[in-house]
Amino acid sequence: MAIQPILHYPDPRLAEVCAPVERFDDELRSFIADLEETMRAGPGGVGIAAPQVGRLIRVSVVDVSSKPDVKHHGRVVLVNPEILEWDGFAVGREGCMSVPDYTGNVIRAERIRLTAQDETGAAHEYAMEGYEARAVQHEIDHLDGLLFLDRLVSRRNDLFRRKVYQEPKAPKKD
Amino acid sequence: MGQWYMLTLVGKDKPGIVARVSKALYEGGCNLGEASMFRLGGNFTIMLMATSSKSAAEVDALLAPVCAELDLRRHVDPIEGKLHNHVEPNVSVTLFGADRAGIVAKATGALAAAGLNILHLESDVGGTEAEPIYIMQIEGVAYQGIEALRAALAEMAREGITIHVAPIDTLIG
Repeated sequence: MAIQPILHYPDPRLAEVCAPVERFDDELRSFIADLEETMRAGPGGVGIAAPQVGRLIRVSVVDVSSKPDVKHHGRVVLVNPEILEWDGFAVGREGCMSVPDYTGNVIRAERIRLTAQDETGAAHEYAMEGYEARAVQHEIDHLDGLLFLDRLVSRRNDLFRRKVYQEPKAPKKD
Repeated sequence: MGQWYMLTLVGKDKPGIVARVSKALYEGGCNLGEASMFRLGGNFTIMLMATSSKSAAEVDALLAPVCAELDLRRHVDPIEGKLHNHVEPNVSVTLFGADRAGIVAKATGALAAAGLNILHLESDVGGTEAEPIYIMQIEGVAYQGIEALRAALAEMAREGITIHVAPIDTLIG
């Protein structure tokens, strides 16, 4: 087990599209353990992707269970993840261990359905929402060479308040 | 790296201000830091950090020709740079309603008393001349929690100002 150094933007490896994992062996599991340890060592880190430590493979670990009042699946290992469905959108604030001292607003789907393999190669399907869905979208972006910087939206257009929008009322019947 | 300066430039808005000012600073050997630049009403406003080995008077002289040409007023003040120390906001406050005197003073006074440190504030006057509306967006740090801010603004809400207070929970991935 070892904490890996985190690559920082503009390291060109962060812009690479990562390769699918084909071998589910002890080396992969050892790497995933290191990746998770590295995530937990970062202040407030709720997710990490392999390219952030310089391994250009489609592997990520997400765990948002430390956040209060958030629906989650606990620690989730995502190998070769694929988002099948997106629904709704919301603006939220994101930062990244690979982009120190900067945060910005990003639009993400509120609910996603995805498939991914775990560290043994077993396939799982997840339905996620809110903060956890945001974390997964952020990490899958890393696997495609994208940072939250690529998706920044203006601070000036505040969409946070959309969260409190009421459903439209049904028209009154005469 | 020399001294940091805060440059403040204000004038009637016209195309090319940012390009001309930043070119003059670049050619004069200044490096730029963080900035905010906006059109406020019909004016263009620049608050810009720049660092230079030159004195304040020399930086001011660098800007003199371009300011004369574009009819901009300016200040050059020595400051501490303090980059790479961003403070993360944990709350967003949006407030809007029919414009009337004292909205900002009342809202920000109540928020300050309830523990808000403002990091970012933008406000606009929209609507029409006859019926102006005031819209203010704030990001800041709520040192006494978000409920304290909601409670502090409750009286304004009863007076017809719409107020949304939402947490900002920054995701670090």
